[in-house]
Amino acid sequence: MTRNKVETSHAIVSSGSLADRLYTAVVVVVSIVAFIVVAYPLYFIVIASFSNSTMVNQGQVILWPKDINFYGYEQIFKDTRIWQGYLNTVIYTVLGTLLNLIVTLPCAYALAHKKFKARRIIMPLFVFTMYFGGGMIPTYLLIRDLHLLNTPWIMIVNGALSVFNLIITRTFFESSIPEELYEAAVLDGCSHFRYFISVVIPLSKAVISVISLYYMVGHWNDFFSALLYINSDELQPLQIILRNILLSNQAFAGGAGSGAGAGAGSYAQQFADQIKYAVIIVSTVPVLIIYPFLQKYFEKGVMIGAVKG
Amino acid sequence: MKPALLARKIQPAPGKGFLNGWAANYQLWLMVLPAVIYIAVFCYGPMYGIQLAFRDFDFSKGLTGGDWVGLKYFDQYFNSPMFWPTLRNTFVIAFFSIVLGFPMPILLALVVNSIRGHRRKRLLQTTVYMPYFISTVVLVALLQILLSPTTGLINDLLKTLDLIPADINLLGSPGAFVPVYVISAIWQSCGWNSIIFIAALSSVDTQQYDAARIDGANRWKIVWHVEIPAILPTIIILLIMNMGGVLSVGFEKTFLMQNSLNKSVSEVISTYVFNVGVKSNQFSFGSAVGLFNTLVNFLFLILANTFAKKKSNISLM
Repeated sequence: MTRNKVETSHAIVSSGSLADRLYTAVVVVVSIVAFIVVAYPLYFIVIASFSNSTMVNQGQVILWPKDINFYGYEQIFKDTRIWQGYLNTVIYTVLGTLLNLIVTLPCAYALAHKKFKARRIIMPLFVFTMYFGGGMIPTYLLIRDLHLLNTPWIMIVNGALSVFNLIITRTFFESSIPEELYEAAVLDGCSHFRYFISVVIPLSKAVISVISLYYMVGHWNDFFSALLYINSDELQPLQIILRNILLSNQAFAGGAGSGAGAGAGSYAQQFADQIKYAVIIVSTVPVLIIYPFLQKYFEKGVMIGAVKG
Repeated sequence: MKPALLARKIQPAPGKGFLNGWAANYQLWLMVLPAVIYIAVFCYGPMYGIQLAFRDFDFSKGLTGGDWVGLKYFDQYFNSPMFWPTLRNTFVIAFFSIVLGFPMPILLALVVNSIRGHRRKRLLQTTVYMPYFISTVVLVALLQILLSPTTGLINDLLKTLDLIPADINLLGSPGAFVPVYVISAIWQSCGWNSIIFIAALSSVDTQQYDAARIDGANRWKIVWHVEIPAILPTIIILLIMNMGGVLSVGFEKTFLMQNSLNKSVSEVISTYVFNVGVKSNQFSFGSAVGLFNTLVNFLFLILANTFAKKKSNISLM
């Protein structure tokens, strides 16, 4: 592309040809629309959760909360089902994420070692499971045969390793921790275990944060495992309780799955909506609180995984 | 690498020469052991159980004890009245999810990358990533609240704009199921999926922008000739990976959005496997249907991978 030099330098200085200004305008409009489309429904749930539900239903609560009251939250505090579910989910999430890290981090460390020849066999066998699996029924029957059905253990053990997270972690170890460090440590008589615990782990806060968050959110939001493997009410995690409260008392909801606890409509209908808003907030807030703290690591972590994925 | 370190590397550590090979690596083996056990039991175990699809399940004999029946259960599925509806519904949802859902994160990433102010950029990013952390149950509850035919905000808005008839229940009408499913999926994960493209864009050399400017390119041309080519490998890899999941339409969301009014379009293969397999205890039949689903997925992955390798030399394997 050969252009008149005077013209181009002029374009750089003013940087404002019609096309460029149009581009800027499009960027501004799209980002504002994207922001509103995502943020507004979330904001609406927040203000609706402590507004007069009749006014919410009449469409009067649009920008600010009206007739502020905390009836929904009060009802939730009294609801033992929710707290039982909350407690179960916290237990499953904490223990599950710990197990995830115990399984994922050492494995990623070993697989990052070029001298560990077995990785050429192990890695493809792991990656294969990302794209091929036994399916829902054989998995269900296997878990039944292992006597893990309807126990808390299945909620913790299920998904103990995500191959995707393993790849992210392994790639991080390969690219961010210099091999010379290991060579030097070995000369000083350091074993793999020692080196892993006192050198690798402290240097890997970024990737540990990212995969912890992935695993944690996965456990917190897990609905499928409980639907498939858990029957007892006292073992149900929050998401199942939420389903019963939020969805099953809808006239048409549930379809195939309204069996477990359809008696959720125990609240007076006029308050049901407000309780729903409050339940949504209470159940989602823990995850949303943690995430901004880890956000700075996301792009790094996700990118690492993607390059070699 | 420093010369001193290089020299060290060549010489084996004194007294440890005989430990080359398996013995020296016993610690590494211990470290992969938990993961290997998990994958062997919970991933390859069920794969071994796939033979159930070719056997008559027998409660007394367990997972692999039934008599061989060959392709009986596949025949049963292919000839059942649910074969075409489940296959069609799965394809339709997957098709629109990829065609509409795949380009959106790329566009969003291009937009985010063009925002100048650092804080504005952060604010937009933090916001658009957020819905990804909402659980499927809560997402479907949100849909029910916002699309409620009597009190829903979005429903009211669409009615005011004359986009939908006055008395429609969007979550109960078959025609609206796929649009609601796809649009809400974009709402939830477009931001998150854009991260990878934003990261790829941030690694574009600024000299390329300057060079394009000097050649007289305007901002649109920079998008087309600099930014898109820079993220093309990422786009292709992700597209291949998405193709591999073409029939794994999210079970949770479909299941939770399913109701008696929209079942004609919302019964996909995975919900069908759950309904006939787990709920009605037709284990062999369910396994066969599930295996069919997995095989089609795998086929799509291989096809997409081969195609991309031929056309652009980029592939997963």
